[in-house]
Amino acid sequence: MAQLEKSGSIIFMLDRSQKELVIEAGRSESQYWKDLWRYRELFYFLAWRDILVRYKQTVIGIAWALIRPFLTMVVFTVVFSLLAKLPSEGNAPYPIMVFAALLPWQFFSNALSECSNSLISNANLISKVYFPRLIVPASAVIVSFVDFLVSGMILLALMAWYNFVPSWRILTLPAFTLIAFALSMGAGLWLAALNVKYRDFRYVVPFILQFGLYISPVGFSSTIVPEKWRWVYSLNPMVGVIDGFRWAIIGGQTKISWSGFTISVGLVALLLLGGIWYFRKTERTFADVI
Amino acid sequence: MSEDIAIGVENLGKKYIIGHQKPERYTTLRDAIANKLKSLGHQPLRQRLNNDAPGREDFWALKDVSFEIRQGQRVGIIGRNGAGKSTLLKILSRITEPTTGRVSIKGRVASLLEVGTGFHPELTGRENIYLNGAILGMSKVEIKRKFDEIVAFAEIDKFLDTPVKRYSSGMYVRLAFAVAAHLEPEILIVDEVLAVGDYQFQKKCLGKMEDVAKSGRTVLFVSHNMQAVSQLTERCVILAGGRTHFDGPTDKAIMTYLVAQKESFDQPAYYQAPPNKSGNHVTWARVHTSEPQGLHCWGNPIIFEFALNITEPQEGVCFSFQVVNAHQQAVTYQWLFDSEKPFGHQAGKVILRCIIPKFRIYMGTYKLITWLSGRGRIITESLSDICFFEVTMQSIVRNEFDWHPDACLYIEDANWEIYHP
Ligand SMILES: Nc1ncnc2c1ncn2[C@@H]1O[C@H](COP(=O)(O)OP(=O)(O)OP(=O)(O)O)[C@@H](O)[C@H]1O
Ligand SMILES: [Mg+2]
Repeated sequence: MAQLEKSGSIIFMLDRSQKELVIEAGRSESQYWKDLWRYRELFYFLAWRDILVRYKQTVIGIAWALIRPFLTMVVFTVVFSLLAKLPSEGNAPYPIMVFAALLPWQFFSNALSECSNSLISNANLISKVYFPRLIVPASAVIVSFVDFLVSGMILLALMAWYNFVPSWRILTLPAFTLIAFALSMGAGLWLAALNVKYRDFRYVVPFILQFGLYISPVGFSSTIVPEKWRWVYSLNPMVGVIDGFRWAIIGGQTKISWSGFTISVGLVALLLLGGIWYFRKTERTFADVI
Repeated sequence: MSEDIAIGVENLGKKYIIGHQKPERYTTLRDAIANKLKSLGHQPLRQRLNNDAPGREDFWALKDVSFEIRQGQRVGIIGRNGAGKSTLLKILSRITEPTTGRVSIKGRVASLLEVGTGFHPELTGRENIYLNGAILGMSKVEIKRKFDEIVAFAEIDKFLDTPVKRYSSGMYVRLAFAVAAHLEPEILIVDEVLAVGDYQFQKKCLGKMEDVAKSGRTVLFVSHNMQAVSQLTERCVILAGGRTHFDGPTDKAIMTYLVAQKESFDQPAYYQAPPNKSGNHVTWARVHTSEPQGLHCWGNPIIFEFALNITEPQEGVCFSFQVVNAHQQAVTYQWLFDSEKPFGHQAGKVILRCIIPKFRIYMGTYKLITWLSGRGRIITESLSDICFFEVTMQSIVRNEFDWHPDACLYIEDANWEIYHP
């Protein structure tokens, strides 16, 4: 205890000698990123709060993160494979192929809707305390990421059930996950910032997600898209992500259109950088308009 | 900026754009697009950037505010609703950006604009302590170290693992304040957070705040509670309409503020007779309080002044008045007999002054009842409910106790002696 107090006073002295903070209009703080690092604990706490709250009110708690994707997978398999008789990819069982896509899609869809709402639902925090605002949407994405990891267990279960052994490519999965992450974050930042000023974007998000589900290869394989439409199709960045997931998980003869994939990744990078730029630009007025 | 200035504020201004039609502050996309289309083309870019929709106008919540606060100084900020106090604190705590001007701050700042920011009703007290602590800028280690102290201060140990939505509002506030009270910044910025909780707890909070203030930290404190302000601060800035109205010692600032407050409402501290009055009567009456606007600091001299118009001079005239409190209770009675000091057996105007060297009546609002009588004690005129004035105890700061209204009628001068037999 005495030691703690001692170290406390050292910090105190260090803080004293620290140079003064200047607040001015339009000053882009050079220490923004340093601040972001300093507030990392708050970031953990916000994510922890959201996860805790999510599962507190529910009876079966974390099981929801399993049930939802599982049932969706069953429905998709029945509709697309048994009724529409669409082909699977390589020799993978249809459920595994569907689930390999469902995993990133649900992550994206949850992250985007949470992220775009995050500023509004934390309005009281934003108008009463200072912290780098980027923390709020980022922690919203993290929460969806936890769900993503949980529902990843279904995939393992499916693989065990079908005796499906993935190839070395599964090791590249983190890279594709990172792209999904960047995409959710990029789009999320745009929508979150726009949502503060124009509440209409509340209605835009469900629309994007509904529409996106149809134009992304979630229930079917990208191979059924004609070659000449491939590049237009790849303008949807989720195509790159999902194809990447399938390529990594299913392995074998799965093909991935690398040119399309490059377009997707480029778009994701653009979206993310633009998102950060726009967020930083509008961030200073959040407290006034929220 | 010199060495020991903790907060320097120069020409600070904050402009808000307020809409008159819509209750919400955010716009809808439709409006934004409509405005863009309307203003496209025929206007220079500069103007286009301004939000020039109908029903919107610029509003300066703060304008040209400048002051400096030395390290360890305790400063209060007072002002009416909407004066810009919270806006100032929000700028100082980096929540919002100023439109003009510059602020420089030296030291770690903790600001407390609301107790319980970020409390989540579904989470337990324990969880909320951690969450709220992190939000206020404490590290996890720090919270852990102070956890027991916080719980003890809030007196909620039994409910630590109950979701806070099951708390009574008092318990909620107690917990929230307890976390905030254990912050250890160099500069503490507090907005009106004491206006919550029951009286006991408010006192406890005030005590805690005093400890913080006395430990050499710089404190910036906003409150409508003048008692708390005078107890906690040594200097005050009065904001009015976004500008600095006064900056100086707390007792003087509070007086200035209370006087300005009274200006706008309240009955006048003088009486003027209607012009058509006949017979012996009071033409005007006035209370000379120690401060302007009928505000009187306890213990100071006070003068009651009455002008009489004697149209029927006679023997045995008597003038008297009562000071009556808000409960219609007469607190003191003063009189003057013509037989003792002649004033009524000569026609014309006469002015009577009643001087009380030390006016010891307790704080509250008071008014007068006057009696003018003639021969045979026949009352010629009686006026009631005139000359309102107010007594405050602001000049006397008691650190241990607040002044309660109606604690007594007056305070007697007394000496205490202590013996140890
Ligand atoms: N985000 C905002 N957008 C537009 N106007 C605002 C905003 N915040 C505050 N104002 C206006 O600025 C003025 C000053 O507000 P502020 O909250 O600083 O007052 P205050 O002195 O704290 O008042 P109170 O004593 O009631 O707390 C008010 O007229 C208020 O309507
Ligand atoms: Mg306020």
